[in-house]
Amino acid sequence: MKTTKKFDLRSTLRSSSVPLLFILICAVCIPISGLSPSYLINEITTRMGRNAFLILSLLIPIMAGMGLNFGMTLGAMAGEIALIFTADWQIIGIPGMILAMILSVPISVVLGLFCGKILNMAKGREMITSYIISYFINGVYQLVVLYLMGSVIPIKHSTIKLPRGYGIRNTVSLLSMRQKLDNLIPLTIAGVKIPVATFLVILLLCLVIVWFRRTKLGQDMRAVGQDMEVARDAGINVERTRILSIVISTVLAGIGMVIYLQNMGNIATYSSHSQIGMFCIAALLVGGASVDKASIGNVFLGVILFHTMFIVAPKAGAYITGDSMIGEYFRVFVSYAVITVALIMYETNKRRAKADQGAQLAKAQEEEA
Amino acid sequence: MTNNNAAPLLELKNIQKDFFGNQVLTDINLTIRPGEVIGLVGENGAGKSTLMRILFGANMISETGGYGGEVVLDGQTVHFNSPFDAIAAGIGMVHQEFSLIPGFTATENILLNREPVRKSVLAGVFGDRMNTLKRSEMDERAANAIELMGVEIDRNMVVSDMPVGHKQFTEIARELSKEQLKLLILDEPTAVLTEKEAEALLESIRGMSKRGIAIIFITHRLQEILNVCDRVAVMRDGRVVSEVAASETDIPQITRWMVGREVSADAARGKEEDKADRFADAPTILKIEKLWVDMPGETVRNVNLEVKKGEILGIGGLAGQGKLGIPNGIMGLYQAGGKVTFEGQEIPLNAPRKCLDASFAFVSEDRRGVGLLLDESLEWNVAFPAMQIQDKFLKNYLGGLVKWRDDAAIKEVTDKYIRELAIKCTSSRQKAKELSGGNQQKVCLAKAFALAPKMLFVSEPTRGIDVGAKALVLDALKRFNRENGVTIVVVSSELEELRQVSDRIAMVSGGKISGILPASASTEELGALMLSQVI
Repeated sequence: MKTTKKFDLRSTLRSSSVPLLFILICAVCIPISGLSPSYLINEITTRMGRNAFLILSLLIPIMAGMGLNFGMTLGAMAGEIALIFTADWQIIGIPGMILAMILSVPISVVLGLFCGKILNMAKGREMITSYIISYFINGVYQLVVLYLMGSVIPIKHSTIKLPRGYGIRNTVSLLSMRQKLDNLIPLTIAGVKIPVATFLVILLLCLVIVWFRRTKLGQDMRAVGQDMEVARDAGINVERTRILSIVISTVLAGIGMVIYLQNMGNIATYSSHSQIGMFCIAALLVGGASVDKASIGNVFLGVILFHTMFIVAPKAGAYITGDSMIGEYFRVFVSYAVITVALIMYETNKRRAKADQGAQLAKAQEEEA
Repeated sequence: MTNNNAAPLLELKNIQKDFFGNQVLTDINLTIRPGEVIGLVGENGAGKSTLMRILFGANMISETGGYGGEVVLDGQTVHFNSPFDAIAAGIGMVHQEFSLIPGFTATENILLNREPVRKSVLAGVFGDRMNTLKRSEMDERAANAIELMGVEIDRNMVVSDMPVGHKQFTEIARELSKEQLKLLILDEPTAVLTEKEAEALLESIRGMSKRGIAIIFITHRLQEILNVCDRVAVMRDGRVVSEVAASETDIPQITRWMVGREVSADAARGKEEDKADRFADAPTILKIEKLWVDMPGETVRNVNLEVKKGEILGIGGLAGQGKLGIPNGIMGLYQAGGKVTFEGQEIPLNAPRKCLDASFAFVSEDRRGVGLLLDESLEWNVAFPAMQIQDKFLKNYLGGLVKWRDDAAIKEVTDKYIRELAIKCTSSRQKAKELSGGNQQKVCLAKAFALAPKMLFVSEPTRGIDVGAKALVLDALKRFNRENGVTIVVVSSELEELRQVSDRIAMVSGGKISGILPASASTEELGALMLSQVI
């Protein structure tokens, strides 16, 4: 019994090595950065409100065994297109946000269906495929936004159009919508501004996810995620279940993007979505999730750790080297590094499980002899 | 248990099945009454699995042209197009491989995709799958099914944490939880169980039969058949060769029915020569000690074996007993441990390159996956390993700095093997995937021959090829052995083939060597070894 206990401790350490590493980095960087605790907590609270919804959208495809959904970028683009329309129609404030969310849903559904169908043709290679799909759809998005909007798709206001008369400007201002949700229910505790309404929306989504896990569809997704063949033999429609998981994720990402951009107060038309998938996935992994397992807890731990590093690393970098660019470089570098490490760990864990099987066989043989 | 007057539950009438002209089932007639337990035995390839697939409506049957004859269930002729039809009609099947979701509890697995649900508001909008699961009712139904089975298992335990036996019981409980169940097919359910678990399973089979569920019990453990079954049906070469009450027969008789073919002329000749004696004094060339191999479905446990220089050693045994694991483990294709010594030198395991450097060659049973470069020409297939491993067929320039392929030499050697092995092809440049199975097998052999190995492992050399090609392949192996003095280990599930080609035959049973006999030994002796430690 003793040996199994020891082994358990080691495996827990192994599985939570990424969050531990980040706690260490933050613990070292926070004092060096010289940022005040109230500033830090304020920043983290803001970023939690901004990002948590987007990251939560990643959970369902992981449950369905489709790994990290790099295709959430598709939902982000849908959210942006919806916001561009509402900005043009000058529907402001909370009604504008709600309209944007509603508008993003049909676009997300179409993109999600497309993405899900393709991922069903690339079983076992979902992550790389969804990553490349996001590039491809980015091209389509640029075609729509840069050439079709204003020429084919009517855009009234010249403030968001490029000077040449069609296409959307690099930045679309959402000033009329800026932090409207965050400030809907004002609350400040000890100098920390808390976006209560945003947190309530996030809480609602968490409850929906918890509830979803207990539905028949949630159960089917878990089954499909663990063994497609067994699920198929039991009569579950594997392909449809997988497509649904991607559609749900894309729709949630679209809504999450609206929340994200209302906090930012403007749309960087051609770049807002481009790294959002990468950063969300990195944050989730920092929170201790893996390619095949992620919980709501991972999301919040990930947001806190990843964004603490985001805030303090540039300052700490600037303090150590005297160059603030080093921190900027550091956080991009770390995002990619975290994803790489997570993917490698996923593979090594699979291989280790195999090696353990062999070791057990050898042990059983020895005991017998 | 059995009521002979009861109306039959299931009748199979003149079932016929062929796979593209290759007859695998001929005139199968079988009747099963409610609550009856029938033992179905036969060697691998006897047709048991195909018969069960027909009964269970497996897709592969309709895809390969359906079957002949009639299946009558409860007095009605039925024709299942998919397993779901069969399940709806009350037939359940527990397969050899587990069909369980590893991260689910026993309860969740037992009720997989048949979970009781509670209506939810959203279901009206998004469809039935938005209903929530009724956990309490799931628990209750799983508990009932487990009770019906009469074996205690923890229904809240996650499958991946379960001992193998409990996984098997979970599967059986899943079938039992289907209310319409009338006939349960158990395909080697005890293969993975410990003795105690197997005993519990037999007990639960008796219990189920008392409740009126008929059972078809497929196993290689003959004692179990005698213990639990009412009747035994023995299959051989696609026919039911005998069908008797279990109380009127015994193990030696069943074994004879299972393996009893005409002794072929070739094997008889072997007797005269007494081949085994020829190598009695030959030095040991390969020594295997305490070998274990973790090959899924073919686990090897604690194998000790000595191969004499210049002999052909056959390794036989039933599927799943570990005979395939031995060459695959030694050649480093699956994780292995133990000690392998070749000509006095230890060969490291888990390192395929080291084996090849020691002049081992391996003809894999997985022709298309491991054996061939399907999209390349025959020339490439034959020459590639020799080129990679031994720098053969290369021209050196600039003192070996630049190596060019010697296409002329490659063509020459390929043509030689095409001639010698009578490979049917348009030219040595034809792609490997365009050849028939038998000819592909010959290319695999040519590839191994081109390496000029000292030690050759051949795994299932005649699997899936026709009789003519079979004889040629076996002849080629024998000739290669006699002319070049190469030591060969042949692994095959076909006893008759091993007797034709080998000098000695080692039988694998339960992952271990159960005994070694000269090829001239009787079928009964070999059959007894084959079944001795079956797990």
